[in-house]
Amino acid sequence: MTFVLKMKTLKYAAVVAGGVILSVWATLAQAVEIKPITSPGGINALLVEDYTVPLISVSYSFKGGSTQDLPGKEGTAKLLTNTLDEGAGEITSQDFQIRLQDNGMGYSFSAGYDSFSGGIKALRSDREDSFELLRLMLNEPRFDEAPVERMKASRLNSLRARQANQQYLTGKAVRETLFDGHPYGRPTDGTIETMGALNGDDLRDYMSRVFARDNLVVGIVGAISEEEAGAMLDKVFGALPAKAQLTEVPEINIETGTKKHIEFDTPQTNIRIALPGIKREDDAFFAGYLANYVLGGGSFNSRLYEEVREKRGLAYGVYSYLGTYDHAGIVGAGSATRADRAQQTVDIILAEIERMATEGPTAEELEKAKKYIRGSYAISNLDTSGKIASVLVAIQQANLGIDYIDRRAEYIDGVTLDDAKRIAAQLFGGDPTVITVGRSVE
Amino acid sequence: MKSQIRRTAIVSALLTAFVAAPIALPNGNSALLGNTAHAAQEKLGPEVSSFFLDNGLQVVVIPDRRAPVVTHMLWYRAGSADEPPGKSGIAHFLEHLMFKGTKTVANGEFSARIAAIGGQENAFTSTDYTGYFQRVTPSALEEMMTLEADRMENLVLTDELILPERDVVQEERNSRTENNPGSLLREAMAAALYQNHPYGIPIIGWQHEIDTLTKEDALAFYDKFYTPNNAILVVAGDVDAETVRSLAEKTYGKVARRAEPGVRKRPTEPTPQAARRIEMADHRVSTPSFQRLYLVPSYNTAEPGEAEALDVLSDILGGGSTSRLYKSLVIDQQIATSSGAWYQGGALDHSSYGFYGAPKPGISLEEVEAATDKEIAKLLEEGVTQEEVERTTRRLVKQAVFSQDSQASLARIYGGSLVLGSTIEDIEAWPQRIQAVTAEAVNKAARKYLQMPRSVTGYLSPKQQEG
Repeated sequence: MTFVLKMKTLKYAAVVAGGVILSVWATLAQAVEIKPITSPGGINALLVEDYTVPLISVSYSFKGGSTQDLPGKEGTAKLLTNTLDEGAGEITSQDFQIRLQDNGMGYSFSAGYDSFSGGIKALRSDREDSFELLRLMLNEPRFDEAPVERMKASRLNSLRARQANQQYLTGKAVRETLFDGHPYGRPTDGTIETMGALNGDDLRDYMSRVFARDNLVVGIVGAISEEEAGAMLDKVFGALPAKAQLTEVPEINIETGTKKHIEFDTPQTNIRIALPGIKREDDAFFAGYLANYVLGGGSFNSRLYEEVREKRGLAYGVYSYLGTYDHAGIVGAGSATRADRAQQTVDIILAEIERMATEGPTAEELEKAKKYIRGSYAISNLDTSGKIASVLVAIQQANLGIDYIDRRAEYIDGVTLDDAKRIAAQLFGGDPTVITVGRSVE
Repeated sequence: MKSQIRRTAIVSALLTAFVAAPIALPNGNSALLGNTAHAAQEKLGPEVSSFFLDNGLQVVVIPDRRAPVVTHMLWYRAGSADEPPGKSGIAHFLEHLMFKGTKTVANGEFSARIAAIGGQENAFTSTDYTGYFQRVTPSALEEMMTLEADRMENLVLTDELILPERDVVQEERNSRTENNPGSLLREAMAAALYQNHPYGIPIIGWQHEIDTLTKEDALAFYDKFYTPNNAILVVAGDVDAETVRSLAEKTYGKVARRAEPGVRKRPTEPTPQAARRIEMADHRVSTPSFQRLYLVPSYNTAEPGEAEALDVLSDILGGGSTSRLYKSLVIDQQIATSSGAWYQGGALDHSSYGFYGAPKPGISLEEVEAATDKEIAKLLEEGVTQEEVERTTRRLVKQAVFSQDSQASLARIYGGSLVLGSTIEDIEAWPQRIQAVTAEAVNKAARKYLQMPRSVTGYLSPKQQEG
């Protein structure tokens, strides 16, 4: 029953948001007003004021993420997510935890490939204390040896626990196959060796490079005025360095075609398929998003769902998605089924990918996809202040701009059947990488 | 990166956490609220209203006008603990089959209509209830109510449709349980904890019994439990009570009372006499872990104030990094990487109270268990302090305010509590009841229930694979 602010999906939100924000923005605009604000100290943010419930949600994100872990120090950004709340300023670990618990606010930190993000959800009546705690965590964390070692021990335990975890082994194989030699191919959670060697200086060094004002975006939602929000921005973020010192991350062209089976003794085989994708800023992004929805993005209504689950009962879950990162794009698909039906399931997914490449969606399918993507955004993303704050961050991360919001529906509506067929041929026409993890079948 | 199709989830920790302790909306008009409860006094909860249709369906409306979204959620008082012997998994299997069409709506059409407006849908099964929900724009509410009411009485099943779905359920079981040694251990522990009550049977069913489930089994369960007088409708979001009333009368109001399920009376547990131990070693485990379960009452079966006291107890003993267990085992003794406790109070009958811990390398499970037992013994002997209790209750009350931010959470909290026998007044008074918990009540509950004969201890360990 503990309230947990779940922002693990900030990166994912950015990806999804790319596809669907604007389609229903008109609906949101009727309900709430989004105000671009600048604090007295010059920090920009987007604000939605709403006093219906006495809560304030703040989401923020620094461009950077695990790609900014130094070579040999993999896992730094992830460890930072566990140690920022382990004492700050004059307050040591346990006392700080008690302060946080007494305040009662929800808070979270997360590190993806391309950004380090966080958020809080605070009671309006406790906001000054909440903002002070957030300021302390982002500006003056102590990184005392004992709590840092404690958090490392927990992470090392997870790293050891994973060694025989099928999901982890599958994900690792996919990542290493697709992103070989690129920062995205490095283990974001670190290894037993790199995690074991990290210390407070590494965490401080990472912060000094990544926590800055020029790579920061903030979204604020709830019972807070523009003036109060401006004061909060200056208090929490005002003392950060003006400029981040980010290591440049190269672009990567994904090469696929690898077929790989990893032997693992368990009843159900994991299947993962990948192809080169497109980035969010690609002009064909919406067309690709719609085509993917038809293939396997529409949960209960996709071609993959129909062929794999509904008709044949081969699997509980089957999906495809566009993975968009700052420096790469992929198409992914996957499922899980018992070993003796794994090959059949792979064959069906590959056949559907090929059919989508050669035929594209039908006119009717494209229309349905447009309707879903137009309608789903408000329903999925705008019903809590925390979700809206995440959306405000995602808009800024993708540089969409407020004026772009109104044009968004037009972009979706403007996708023609020919556009969808063209991008489908490009996205789904390559030689897929296929990775299976499970038992071999004689 | 992965998007999972989640139709027909087994109610997981996430959902049971919502309903475990019926977190309530603070009702600020009570003089009982202490002056530390400023959070609760700051804001009245939503104006929740409730009424019954002539056919016995209870309807609950929770307005939240901030966004143009409504959550439409139908709860049946029927779960896996209501299954006939030998038919384990039928409640959950039926939940899957409820998407297969009716006399007038083709298989998949309900889902297609939801997708056409960008809506979300899913369903879930627990030991004590089954629920179906859609999240849509307010203009689509009537259509959702029409379709949900239709499948309450007009379900049509054919072998052609249901046999592949049974395979889907087996794959769901593979994903959740067969592939996951931790889940297999939990299943074995629950089976040991409940010596007579059906809570010892997994919600998804035993693998060998799922294989034998038939269309007739599904329809028998459907005809026994799926009737308006055995259901609760919760509508939360951008809608008012009068609109919901008129739509409900127009849609659900036309469904006949199909059955009289009566009082759900399951086999009951004897007073436990013997501590039980379950050990499992598996090659898919790399790091060992320890768990302990105790048989305790639920919010529904506890003496007044007892369940609230158990909630406070679990927080003091094992709720996060300032808890007694974490401080002792992880920070001070440095023998564990995790240690904690939980209470899952949301159940029609009994509940369980749990402890867990993972040893650091070089430390044995026995040492972690012994250290956990030492903390429990210390608590039983010395008791908790009033200061610990007040710190916890203050925080729990504050957290109740956060639930107001999500109409979906509110719908789950209200539906999940009402379906287990709570009233709206119970839910709204939860913060006051939590604030009324004393150190004495916590100590009494701890001493009464944290006794080894009531317990099952589980060890999960790595095993070298042969060959």
